[in-house]
Amino acid sequence: MTEPLLRVRDLRTYFVTERGAGTARAVDGVSFDIFPGETLGIVGESGCGKTVTSLSILRLIPEPPGHIRPGSFIEFEGRNLLTLAPKELRAIRGNKIAMIFQEPMTSLNPVFSVGDQIAEAAIVHQGLSRKAARARASEMLKLVGIPDPEERVDHYPHQLSGGMRQRVMIAMALVCHPQLLIADEPTTALDVTIQAQILELLDRLQAELGMAVMLITHDLGVVAGTVDRVVVMYAGQVVEAAPTKGLFARPAHPYTEGLMAAVPRLDAPRARLHAIPGQVPAATAWPAGCRFHPRCPFAWEKCRVEEPPLFDTGVPGHAARCWLVTEPARRTAKA
Amino acid sequence: MTPRTWLALLAALTVAIAAVALLRRRAARTPAGREFFRHPPAAPGLAVLGFFAIVAIGARLVAPYHPAAQLDIVGLQNQAPSWAHPLGTDTFSRDTWSRLVFGARISLAVGALAMLVAVTVGSIVGAMAGYFRRWVDAVLMRTVDVGLAIPRLFLLLMIAALWEGLPLPVLVLLIGLTGWFGTSRLVRAEVLSVRERDFVAAARALGAGPARVIFRHVLPNAAAPIIVSAALGIGNVLLLEAGLSFLGIGVQPPLPSWGNMIGDGWRQLAVAPWATLFPGLAIAVVVMALNAVGDALRDALDPRREVT
Amino acid sequence: MTAWLMRRLAAAIAGVWAVVTLTFLLIHLAPGTPFLPGAERPADPAVIAELRARFGLDRPLPAQYVSYLRELVRGNLGVSFARRRPVAEALVEAIPNTLVLAGAALCIDFLLGLALGIYQAARARRAADVVLGNATLFFSSVPTFWLGLVLLLVFGQWLRWFPVGGVTDPVLYSSLPWAGKVADRLWHLALPALTLGVVGAAGTARYQRAAMLEALGQDFVRTARAKGATERRVLLRHALGNALLPFITLFGLAFPFLLTGAVLTETIFAWPGMGRLAAEAIATRDYPMVTAAALVAAVMVAAGNLLADLLLAAADPRIRVASE
Ligand SMILES: Nc1ncnc2c1ncn2[C@@H]1O[C@H](COP(=O)(O)OP(=O)(O)OP(=O)(O)O)[C@@H](O)[C@H]1O
Ligand SMILES: [Mg+2]
Repeated sequence: MTEPLLRVRDLRTYFVTERGAGTARAVDGVSFDIFPGETLGIVGESGCGKTVTSLSILRLIPEPPGHIRPGSFIEFEGRNLLTLAPKELRAIRGNKIAMIFQEPMTSLNPVFSVGDQIAEAAIVHQGLSRKAARARASEMLKLVGIPDPEERVDHYPHQLSGGMRQRVMIAMALVCHPQLLIADEPTTALDVTIQAQILELLDRLQAELGMAVMLITHDLGVVAGTVDRVVVMYAGQVVEAAPTKGLFARPAHPYTEGLMAAVPRLDAPRARLHAIPGQVPAATAWPAGCRFHPRCPFAWEKCRVEEPPLFDTGVPGHAARCWLVTEPARRTAKA
Repeated sequence: MTPRTWLALLAALTVAIAAVALLRRRAARTPAGREFFRHPPAAPGLAVLGFFAIVAIGARLVAPYHPAAQLDIVGLQNQAPSWAHPLGTDTFSRDTWSRLVFGARISLAVGALAMLVAVTVGSIVGAMAGYFRRWVDAVLMRTVDVGLAIPRLFLLLMIAALWEGLPLPVLVLLIGLTGWFGTSRLVRAEVLSVRERDFVAAARALGAGPARVIFRHVLPNAAAPIIVSAALGIGNVLLLEAGLSFLGIGVQPPLPSWGNMIGDGWRQLAVAPWATLFPGLAIAVVVMALNAVGDALRDALDPRREVT
Repeated sequence: MTAWLMRRLAAAIAGVWAVVTLTFLLIHLAPGTPFLPGAERPADPAVIAELRARFGLDRPLPAQYVSYLRELVRGNLGVSFARRRPVAEALVEAIPNTLVLAGAALCIDFLLGLALGIYQAARARRAADVVLGNATLFFSSVPTFWLGLVLLLVFGQWLRWFPVGGVTDPVLYSSLPWAGKVADRLWHLALPALTLGVVGAAGTARYQRAAMLEALGQDFVRTARAKGATERRVLLRHALGNALLPFITLFGLAFPFLLTGAVLTETIFAWPGMGRLAAEAIATRDYPMVTAAALVAAVMVAAGNLLADLLLAAADPRIRVASE
């Protein structure tokens, strides 16, 4: 097998909340790999730490209140990003690893034209002249399928629709042809029809540019069609990791099952769309034992006291953080 | 200064500090209170305000002399600070400390009362504009635009020039009536957001008239910006009063105010700088305290604001 | 854009008109002017005659108002009681001095305030920010004229680094060479401009720090960092680019502050500008002078606000483009 492009090991990112609520362990021991050219999906409910994970990779966590705990490790091209000098880190940001943010409305600077903002990374990393940068910007706009790119480069963010802004964000991220694109819920803020277009665009661009993509979403439905492997997160941890096919065929964690049940399906008779009961607990107070046990239909004593490690399920590349892996009989008993 | 006045001064200081310490302990129970005292300048600011308020109220106990008493026009003119006259004497042989203490009364009272006028008018106008909207809003807010565009000091200068020797209450009223424009904008914005909330609609559905709705339901919920703008506004009024009195058209002698103390003293700046420096310092310290407390209040009362 | 500007222009004109009208009404309401029967203050017959002619006193109030406006438009601001010369003349002499002082103070105010605010935001909550925060809090709370007196005492009287007043050296100025004249003027300008500028700068710095911190907390700053922009670029381009918009509005607010401050500062430094003219006029109850000064101040403030609006329109694409 090839070497992974990005290797995340035991990432812990905590926030010290100032209003006296204690420390929020937003990301609490996350590990995963991304291989060159593949698409990795990261899935989980709101608040499970997806954004914090991706921000941690580029060290964009606001400090204070946040900090990445010592002992965490993020390797990219053989170097630990967490110990990199600021200058070397900047040489990677936007150049080798680029990011698209969840909120296309506020992530663009309102006082600069989209052309300027797209060209910025090229100017910073490749020292392009103003003229060349502008040409590059309109080229990028064309690439992401914005009509009249020559004209649009001079437009300001407030003149664009939400879908167009997200395309601009994508163009911005791709100017330097990064090896890894982190897309943090690129479609959540958009209409359903536009969501599909943006996903298609990402798919096409990935094929054209041959980069790896880390696609973050809370919608397993989005994952099914687009990604190679899936990492499911819950309460700041990875609870299941598997190739997409294997995950959908045989989910090993009850949380993943719950997420799947929440996806409306066209091929099955319309079952009741049931979400997982209960709510994600606060990051300042994760439950003891398995963090999912208060919401788990199969939970027993062991789950309440002992935290499960990430078990190998026996299928290659498929792991799950659930005691059921060791006692599969308990699943059938209840279900 | 007699031992008695020193003692009184010490007592004032102790009471101010103790009161703030007590307040701080009680405030720790609420999130807003904790947020308020998380600002380092908030507690000292409150203590300063408390101290000056106590001194102003108990002026007779802390001041050794009558503020207008010319002690000895030959022997005690322009004396440097000493144990007998801790802040020196001015060119009329008056005790600067005593004048400062009685001046605190006038200056702080003018500041507080003028702000009261301004806040009252501003709140009512803002509430009406926000509540009735349409043409009431349009008319009132255009008036406010104009009011904000008028240079306030020049307007007051003009009035003072036309009416010789304005009596103190009129001065207070004038300062108040030229200072409500900003408040009314804030209140209007707050009212616009409050009036859409359920309890206001409910009150209206129950047949409450506009006055009742405004005073019972809308204004109490817009209290936060009003309080903050009042705290910050008093500082402005103090500075304005000082400027007017310095020019001789504010508080009229023989009443002492911090502004007219500077106005009386500055021509002897080279000989008796203390007569000018101390009242100015008093203004600066009090305004600083008001700004610090105002800033802390704004953060404590605004739930939307991020912790900075 | 033009529609928006027309609205702002209308507001500015309305402001000036309001002051003009207020002045008219106040003069009519005030005692001691020839408008009220039984005025306590015996006025100079010549003055009364002038006022009668100027205001057309025998006619009804609206007609008087019209002729008052007409005279104003023609630039007739009346005759100074104390100086016995047209007010307009005195003002024309004084205004340039005030503008020089206000302009110099504005430079100090904005340059120093902007620099401090940006620096503080970049070092937020660290020692330098805390120290500067307390300093700016103090200087923004100080009465301008009192700071002027302190500077005068320290640098004028004790250290003798700067002159204690005036625009030029009364003795030497005329004999100085060209460069010496400029230096002499600057030397005289230093203390009054510093007085006004420092107090303004303290307020500007506090405002700018908050605006910068707010901008730095926005999502697009994170985007810029994710692109690999240096902290310097993030601070000076992305954050400042946004934090300058509210700053421009501050420009409109700085104008009244400077004019107001000028009244007192000019008095202290014997600076022969509009402010000192007004202050002197008050001492002599020379109300044509005072009212004229108030009018001029209103016009200047309106002009300052209008200028700020123009700058804002030029700087903010949301206004610039939306109203094109
Ligand atoms: N700046 C911050 N300060 C304090 N806590 C934070 C901060 N940012 C994130 N957190 C905490 O981290 C937790 C995880 O947040 P994160 O944004 O990663 O969730 P997410 O999985 O991206 O959710 P969503 O689907 O809503 O984007 C949250 O519960 C929040 O409490
Ligand atoms: Mg997120």
